[in-house]
Amino acid sequence: MHPQTPNPNLYTEYHPRWYRRRVSTYWWVGQRQYRKFILRELSSVFVAVFVVITLLQLRALRAGPEAYARFQHRMQGPALMVLCAISLFFVVFHTITWFNLAPRALALRIRGRRLPDFLVAAPNYIIWLVVSAAVTWAVLR
Amino acid sequence: MADTIILEIARYSPEQDIEPRFETFEVPFRKEWVVLDALNYIKDKVDGTLTYRWSCRMGICGSCGMMVNGEPMLSCATFLSSYARNGSRVRVEPLRYFPVVRDLVTELSDFLGKLKRVKPWLIRKEELLLRQGEFRQTPEQLEDYRQFSMCINCTLCYAACPVVGLDPLFVGPAAIALAQRYNKDSRDQGAEERTMVLAHPEGIWGCTFVGECTRVCPKHVDPAGAIQQYKLKSALDWAKSLFLLPGPKKEKISGASADT
Repeated sequence: MHPQTPNPNLYTEYHPRWYRRRVSTYWWVGQRQYRKFILRELSSVFVAVFVVITLLQLRALRAGPEAYARFQHRMQGPALMVLCAISLFFVVFHTITWFNLAPRALALRIRGRRLPDFLVAAPNYIIWLVVSAAVTWAVLR
Repeated sequence: MADTIILEIARYSPEQDIEPRFETFEVPFRKEWVVLDALNYIKDKVDGTLTYRWSCRMGICGSCGMMVNGEPMLSCATFLSSYARNGSRVRVEPLRYFPVVRDLVTELSDFLGKLKRVKPWLIRKEELLLRQGEFRQTPEQLEDYRQFSMCINCTLCYAACPVVGLDPLFVGPAAIALAQRYNKDSRDQGAEERTMVLAHPEGIWGCTFVGECTRVCPKHVDPAGAIQQYKLKSALDWAKSLFLLPGPKKEKISGASADT
């Protein structure tokens, strides 16, 4: 080949041709840990769904007993039941995965020793349980 | 158990190949052999052109990192026996997300540039004279950063991090962990200088906390922990600045000319 027309695919002594692999859009499909990460990130969409449903519920509650009965009736439709079930699963998944990650971000030391991971995660679970119990009691009493 | 084991090794010769191809080698199976032993056997007895990096063969030099069956591993610490069941093959590839120079050798200058940008050395506002004595450190102060100082720059964490692959400007796990190693050192006064690189969309805020860097780290450095701890500190500093609490003074630091 003539030196004036450099071929980009040709190896030259001082410019070795590196191979670079393009990262696929589906990089997360092939590996279990990556799929779990994507699920964890995706779960925030369902957390948002849960928040929207709760806000609509509060609005119906404020509008009076008739509006609330209408809201309850609408929520019993099969499509919304399925959406709520999926959302509940992802909200629980979201909560557990993030609570379990909390010890990575909080390196607490007591008397020079790092607090074990479960002691950092435990208060989150305790508060979750207490708040859930309080809400359950308020709804069912 | 079988007497031999089959290795599928990625080969790439920049003079001849457009993209990597796999070559299959059958090597003797020995219980005490690691993947690196098998590569050395191939280079000695079968094909002398096989190219890969290695040095200490004891998990401290950090040069023999490779993808073994899709996982970033130190090939000197990965036993063939873990793969020998059911006649399964061992697939060896260069570390993911790095440009490949030849066969299993990756190009590291981008990583080394990022490492230098976080200034991984002790920065002092004023250098003290030798006769003023040593810097003393309590075991607790040492414990603050000891874990992050264990990094051997093997770059397995970069090969595990999808953000590194998707965003080439991301500073990356090892470099941020090493920055934290110095930030948390009681002798260091350079945390403010490193903030420019770290508290940045291409620094800690680029991390989406996949957590794979920590899982694959052969020295248990926990880079994901280092990044999240820095995120928390950075967010708290920002919150404090909102309430106009006095922060660290922004003074010109003179004792940090080691960059040149």
